[in-house]
Amino acid sequence: MPDARYAVVAVLVTAAVTWGLRALPFAALAPLRASATVQYLSTRMPAGVMVILVVYCLHDLPVTQSRVLAPLAALTVTIGLHLWRRNALLSILAGTAVHVTLASTVFAP
Amino acid sequence: MRIRPTVADPSCPPPSPTSPLPAARTSSDARSAFQDSAPVGLGFVPLGIAFGVLVTQSGLGWWWASLSSAVVFGGSFEFLLIGMVTAAAPLASIAVSAFLVNVRHVFYTLSFPLHQVKGPLGKTYSTFALCDEAYALTAGEHARSWSGRRILWLQFFLHLYWTGGATAGALLGSLIPDSVTGLDFALTALFTVLALDAVRDPRGDLPTPALALVCALAARLLFPHQMLLAAFALFTAVLLTRRFVIGRKPTHA
Repeated sequence: MPDARYAVVAVLVTAAVTWGLRALPFAALAPLRASATVQYLSTRMPAGVMVILVVYCLHDLPVTQSRVLAPLAALTVTIGLHLWRRNALLSILAGTAVHVTLASTVFAP
Repeated sequence: MRIRPTVADPSCPPPSPTSPLPAARTSSDARSAFQDSAPVGLGFVPLGIAFGVLVTQSGLGWWWASLSSAVVFGGSFEFLLIGMVTAAAPLASIAVSAFLVNVRHVFYTLSFPLHQVKGPLGKTYSTFALCDEAYALTAGEHARSWSGRRILWLQFFLHLYWTGGATAGALLGSLIPDSVTGLDFALTALFTVLALDAVRDPRGDLPTPALALVCALAARLLFPHQMLLAAFALFTAVLLTRRFVIGRKPTHA
């Protein structure tokens, strides 16, 4: 159980960084709005950043154990449903439900 | 979760300034904003509940879920923050990670219609609550005629869905037995869905996610303890290199 003061400060640090990223560029980046390189990055970063975050979430995948099947099955359901129905909520809920079910029963620690 | 924005063309002329809004229009602005925000709410509320449940399951107080959702309002990083806080990560690592995960917001400021929001207080709140979904809903052509009030109401509703869901999840989370595990997959699923949507975006191209995947795996192998930082840095460098090479191609052709 982390120290409450530390947990609050961690939130405040995150809030300051996040708000700064959302607010400061309105003034600071105005001259860059026309920059072709900025436009190039702004159209390509979202897809790449999300892929990196997915890999990050899976970085401690237990690849040598059978319980790796829980996240893999959940991931398959999420991707399959999303390609099929294009309903973000459905894909997230179904994938999470599959993971919780498998991780809590068959592959319970 | 992320609603794909209608491509905002930066070369378009700025929209004409909206006329001053009488107070009588507030209720219709709020109603329109509620209708615009409802589909996102269907995603925010359950995800907020999952976040709140995860907070209490991780040993943090329920109030922490409310505090984080209310003052950070950056869903994906808040999920990562639970793990960092329970691992007592140094504040500097938290700041750097928050910067890297949320740096995408810098790009939203290039086309978010902040000029339609009037007054310093309104503008302050509007920048604070500029999340992926608020950007996606307002950056399109159809939002050019929206009043500043309608944009603020929309952002307020999104903020309310997230904070309300997180608080409800944190308060009800203790009712869930400890044997139920694996809820943290909601974050993986969220990023997977966002990645699929971003790859599907007509402005995206297949080499970009492929390069990102290679960068992520390389960072995982080479810098396992600083994977996120290494992957983002590598990916940005690769994108700039690619941009530089493509930009030079015509002179070699």
